[in-house]
Amino acid sequence: MEWLRFNDTLHIDLGILLDPLSVMMLTVVGVVALMVVVFSIGYMKGERGFGRYFGLLGLFVFSMLGLVVATNIFQMYIFWELVGASSYLLIGFYYTRPAAVKASQKAFIVTRFADLGFLIGILILSSYTGTFDFAALTADNAAIAVGPQANWAMALIFMGAAGKSAMFPLHIWLPDAMEGPTPVSALIHAATMVVAGVYLIARMFPVFQFAAPDVLVLITYVGAFTALFAAVIAITQTDIKRVLAFSTISQIAYMMVALGVADVAASTFHLFTHAFFKALLFLGAGAVIHAVHSNEMSRMGGLRKFMPITHITFLIACLSISGIPPFSGFFSKDEILVAAFHHNPVVFGVLLLVAGLTAFYMFRLYFRIFWGAHHYDRPPHEAPPIMTIPLIVLAVLTCVTGFVVPVHIDWAIASAGVVAAVIGIVVAWRFYAKPSDAPARLAARWAGFGQAASHRFYIDEAWLWVTRRIIFGGISRPVAWFDRHIVDGAMNAIGSGTVRVSETIEPVQGGKVQSYAILFVLSVLLITLLVFVLC
Amino acid sequence: MIPMSHYLIVSSIMFFVGVYGFIARKNLLAVLISIELILNSVEINFSVFNRYLYPDHLEGMFFSLFGIAISAAETAVAIAIIINIYRVAGNIDVRHIDKLKH
Amino acid sequence: MIGTLIVFYILAAVIVVSSVLAVTSRRMLRAATFLLLVLISTAGLYLLLNYHFLAVVQLSVYAGGILILFIFAILLTSSRGDRTEAHDRQRMVWGIVTVVAGIGITTWVTLKHKFLYSDNPTIAGDQQIPVSRIGHALMGTDKYEYLLSFEALSILLLACMLGGILIARKR
Repeated sequence: MEWLRFNDTLHIDLGILLDPLSVMMLTVVGVVALMVVVFSIGYMKGERGFGRYFGLLGLFVFSMLGLVVATNIFQMYIFWELVGASSYLLIGFYYTRPAAVKASQKAFIVTRFADLGFLIGILILSSYTGTFDFAALTADNAAIAVGPQANWAMALIFMGAAGKSAMFPLHIWLPDAMEGPTPVSALIHAATMVVAGVYLIARMFPVFQFAAPDVLVLITYVGAFTALFAAVIAITQTDIKRVLAFSTISQIAYMMVALGVADVAASTFHLFTHAFFKALLFLGAGAVIHAVHSNEMSRMGGLRKFMPITHITFLIACLSISGIPPFSGFFSKDEILVAAFHHNPVVFGVLLLVAGLTAFYMFRLYFRIFWGAHHYDRPPHEAPPIMTIPLIVLAVLTCVTGFVVPVHIDWAIASAGVVAAVIGIVVAWRFYAKPSDAPARLAARWAGFGQAASHRFYIDEAWLWVTRRIIFGGISRPVAWFDRHIVDGAMNAIGSGTVRVSETIEPVQGGKVQSYAILFVLSVLLITLLVFVLC
Repeated sequence: MIPMSHYLIVSSIMFFVGVYGFIARKNLLAVLISIELILNSVEINFSVFNRYLYPDHLEGMFFSLFGIAISAAETAVAIAIIINIYRVAGNIDVRHIDKLKH
Repeated sequence: MIGTLIVFYILAAVIVVSSVLAVTSRRMLRAATFLLLVLISTAGLYLLLNYHFLAVVQLSVYAGGILILFIFAILLTSSRGDRTEAHDRQRMVWGIVTVVAGIGITTWVTLKHKFLYSDNPTIAGDQQIPVSRIGHALMGTDKYEYLLSFEALSILLLACMLGGILIARKR
């Protein structure tokens, strides 16, 4: 359907595009959203703003589906922004908490910043190709998009994708976004919105591949670095939702690497499986938080006795994300590893290391939540059925989705991945399943590094420095000064001038009828005088 | 024969004395008396102009007549208001009555 | 002829002095009394102008009715003696300035202006206006006849009466 027409070739349409990629995304978004909504009924029961929550959730799902079925890049951009806005609203759902408000603003500003790049990229791309349409852009090996500006345009579009998908260095908003309600984190910040960047690149993949291969290399390295970086940070975090957030960043970086090494199928496959098990992890974490009323691992332990269903489903998800067969994560991760191995051994090594680290931190999380001993003032209880049923459904999906796509498994590489995962799990078991001072000793030996990692390598501080010093100090402050002193000054001068004049003449209208009389009589006399002198 | 201007000068003196009273007095009744002076001087002027300039007509005289009646009405209402103010505020000083309601 | 002139100047002097005293006197009853003198002298002026009916009305309505109202009001409102406030100096100065300027300007204008019929010969003699003519003019509806104004004024007076009662009655 044609919507905005600029000229014969350049027009913005609204439409629905159904192809294997979008259908796959529709399935993911639909199923996860359904599960999350069902889960939320239990999770949000009795909260203030119950209705508002579901309204916002509905808005989010609508925009996400609109994004997925977009036929052209501009329609996608519109829904992209809608997704960002509804995400902002949902992160700031607990608007009475300052941290939530800050987090929502941070998420909004960071993604806006990235979207600025996206928009510029769109404009550059469409200015020389003359179209927004995905089909037209990618037809004939993206012949239309080949040009000198292609690298810039695609790099900027990747910037938008990186902002949404929390790639380094634009990842800083995602951990803070965990201030929102946990089901929201499951839906937006694990399964759907953050993979929008991956989806965007997959959607435009031919353009990247044929018009801007350099950008693909950039994507590969950014992805690999982010994967490692986020995995290292995840090890040191103690807030379970933050661990999951960094794990999400790491896994999306995996998908980005897969895109970078030109294996779209592996990437989208991982997207597909990841959505289910990560949503499962988040919902499981939500159930745990609901039970113990805390996000901190130190407040948990031994929960497997209290919450058997949550325990089992969480375990399945952990195994899946670690890449243990026969769970879905194994298949998709293996695909990515194979692709990376054939493309670039260094990247493959990094991904293998990340796989081990992933297994380690996930099982660290698992053991600390469900094993060990912890004394509770009030014994936690299993979540109500309305919350456990989505968990079970997602666990079943996690088990079976690996077999949906027939894949050829390269057992040599797959076994390397599995071995890395098993090593991670064993180390985690050694460290955390039983009381042990090994973590403390290790932490002491690597004190500086651990410190840095638990502060997320000071990236937030670096950004703050950049924004405070360079943007605020260099640009905003002079502009603000100009605004305050010149523009406002002029306005204030007019205002205060008026005020001063009226203050001066205010006694004239003091409500004293006699003062009026003086003025009245004198004025009449003056007029008389003038009339008679002049005539 | 008395020149017309003499009448006019007398009435203008009366008028401005009334204006002075209106401006300078604080007592509401004194202000009202000043107003009566002003009205009175205006009525003199009406009659004088009528008599000197248009002796065949009666408009000026009738204006004076109506003016007297109206000033009577005005005085009645004004005094009612002043008595009311006195009852509410305890005095009839103009300076204390710069609010229409309280 | 000289007699009327003398009468006029006596009346004028009384008017000027009494009006000045009426607005400057600090005792309200005295002020009212001086006002009475002014009103009576004005009635005298009307007589000089041969407006006998007007003079009678002036005496009965003004000097008789309004002044009584004034005296009642004064007696009702001046509980702590009828000696009133000291004058406000600044306001007095302003008033005097206004008055001097006003009198100066109007006198100058009056003397300078040439009125159209100011030496109208018909002024001489005693064309007293018969009351029947006034009555016809008041009750007539032709040109220069004032039934409408008369009726309007009667309604106004009624309204004032009601208003005065409403405003001043005790609640």
